[in-house]
Amino acid sequence: MSGIKKFVVGSFDDEAVLFPAVKNVRKAGYKIHDVYTPFPVHGLDHALGLRETSIHTAGFIYAITGTTTALSFMSWVFTKDWPLNIGGKPHFALPAWIPITFELTVLFAAVGMVLTFCYLCQLSPFVKKHHFSSRATDDHFVMVIECTDKTNEEELQSFLKNNGALDVNTQIAESGWWLGRYDREQKLYREELGY
Amino acid sequence: MSLLKYESQLREPLVDGNKNYHQVTEDIIAPIEMKPSKLWYVGFYISVALLLFGVYSIYREVTYGIGQWNLNKTIGWGWDITNFVWWVGIGHAGTLISAILLLFRQGWRTGVNRAAEAMTIFAVMCAGQFPIWHMGRVWMAFFVLPYPNTRGPLWLNFNSPLLWDVFAISTYFTVSLLFWYSGLLPDFATVRDRAKTKFRKMMYGVAAFGWTGSTKHWQRFESLSLVLAGLSTPLVLSVHTIVSFDFATSIVPGWHTTIFPPYFVAGAIFSGFAMVQTLLIIVRKVLNLQEYITISHIEKMNKVIVLTGSIVGIAYLTELFIAWYGQNPYELAAFFENRGNIFSPYGWSYYLMMFCNVVSPQLFWSKKLRRNVTVTFFMSIIVNIGMWYERFVIIVTSVYRDFLPSSWSTYYSPSIYEIGFYLGTFGLFFTCFFLFAKYFPVIAVAEIKSVLKTSGANYKMKMSDIEKTDAEKFYIDEVEHAH
Repeated sequence: MSGIKKFVVGSFDDEAVLFPAVKNVRKAGYKIHDVYTPFPVHGLDHALGLRETSIHTAGFIYAITGTTTALSFMSWVFTKDWPLNIGGKPHFALPAWIPITFELTVLFAAVGMVLTFCYLCQLSPFVKKHHFSSRATDDHFVMVIECTDKTNEEELQSFLKNNGALDVNTQIAESGWWLGRYDREQKLYREELGY
Repeated sequence: MSLLKYESQLREPLVDGNKNYHQVTEDIIAPIEMKPSKLWYVGFYISVALLLFGVYSIYREVTYGIGQWNLNKTIGWGWDITNFVWWVGIGHAGTLISAILLLFRQGWRTGVNRAAEAMTIFAVMCAGQFPIWHMGRVWMAFFVLPYPNTRGPLWLNFNSPLLWDVFAISTYFTVSLLFWYSGLLPDFATVRDRAKTKFRKMMYGVAAFGWTGSTKHWQRFESLSLVLAGLSTPLVLSVHTIVSFDFATSIVPGWHTTIFPPYFVAGAIFSGFAMVQTLLIIVRKVLNLQEYITISHIEKMNKVIVLTGSIVGIAYLTELFIAWYGQNPYELAAFFENRGNIFSPYGWSYYLMMFCNVVSPQLFWSKKLRRNVTVTFFMSIIVNIGMWYERFVIIVTSVYRDFLPSSWSTYYSPSIYEIGFYLGTFGLFFTCFFLFAKYFPVIAVAEIKSVLKTSGANYKMKMSDIEKTDAEKFYIDEVEHAH
């Protein structure tokens, strides 16, 4: 997966221009590595041909784990390990356990989902990634296309320009899963360069 | 492919002024990059001073015991639990805005959700202090957790509402924090990417967790936010329901009522929105964010205030009616003597509560007053006072005269350290909030950008031109050609 690769980067400033460009680039047979956007652009995932995320399924699994943990633990404590007589009420007091069961369901689902999200998106406090453009978090939609042996860089650059890209350049970056991306010092923002 | 979603001209814009994506970043992030104003320092140091007073009060309480507070045998819960319920209630508005309004697809939440969620987290932090320090031997606080121990193991009483509270509050805090922080990641990345100093680049780089804005990440991010909102919605309702169970499952007249859960939840949202108004009216002024937190936002929140205030009012009247209808002498005494009789020792607090929570919010039926910032600010303070008194009334007037008249307590008034503890939580709250306002993007930048082209003032203007020409074209095509 990991390795040093060459990427052609094109920045757009309007999602209305970006969408047709994505379509044309894909039609022309180029492989879009990713599009970096400052906010979630609805429909872009479909335009890029990404599959739906199943993070909510993971959430459901974490949730039922929480439910099971809470219910089985309380049942075990109150019927097996240390049955307490509380006002002569039944040891297996299911209705009274609903609040804690509910809370643990939510807790497990939320914590589990956020951790899964961080793992899948490779998010962690000290991770360093290659940022193709520092305006991708401000006002630019940055399309990154991976170059293969067959790719003609200049042709691709002018193709992007014709499709409305404002700023086009070529960058070399390491791509990979987690540890493959600690390749470059982070650059500071410089007004005159605009990135 | 048409990318622009159409939004009716009748809806007020959510973002005023002539904005583009970069301008949004600039407006919201700029205060982080500047030196804080003098006013900020003044406010911050006052908060820290209050916090230190609170720390000293707690030091007294821990060293000399609970006797430092003026609680007695009948009033075992006084200011501390009043303050606990008050702070937890305030937290609820943040979750309502961030979660419930997300599920209801209310676009206006984008302007206020970040600050409201921050308020939730800080309020819950303050709330948690009260039951913890009320334990007295606070070094034993971990006894509330179900861990294998050498005392049997003697587990906890899972049937007790007080233990449910432990789970509810800690889950609420954790989930709110995760929800808030996951939303902050893209905005921290924005600050990081425009940082001009190494230190800021590093700090916000760490805080942003290496966020890039990849399409796949956004897709997961949106799914995550939606599910977290779905989880937080029942969670926030459960939290104040469980807090109300602390009272409702007892047999104390005045507490022993089934109306408590919905009544507490409505009251929580009511007081929370009041606190959001107090904070945001200051924030929008100080940080110059009037174009993002508009009068229309304030008006919408005032509508929530008048709605929930009226629900609370109905709950008060229902309680009185049920007490009369049930004809239980103890219940009657709790409601019509201890509360309803203005000349009884605490009668005044009941009428103060009625005035602040039920009568005064009715002003907001008037559109002019709803859209008036000064009126809103004063009302928000009044509502906060009223909601504090509601908890005080529920707690103190129900217990100060118990079933045994010989132990009826003398007039309860808090000690200086009880008041100090309360002021200390204000210190904690505002210290956190000042730091938040300085170092965090107080408005969700990415979310504002995502509604900018449908709800920004300048884009709506352009839309109205298209709308006009389209309507004419439609008329020519459809109506005239038909004839």
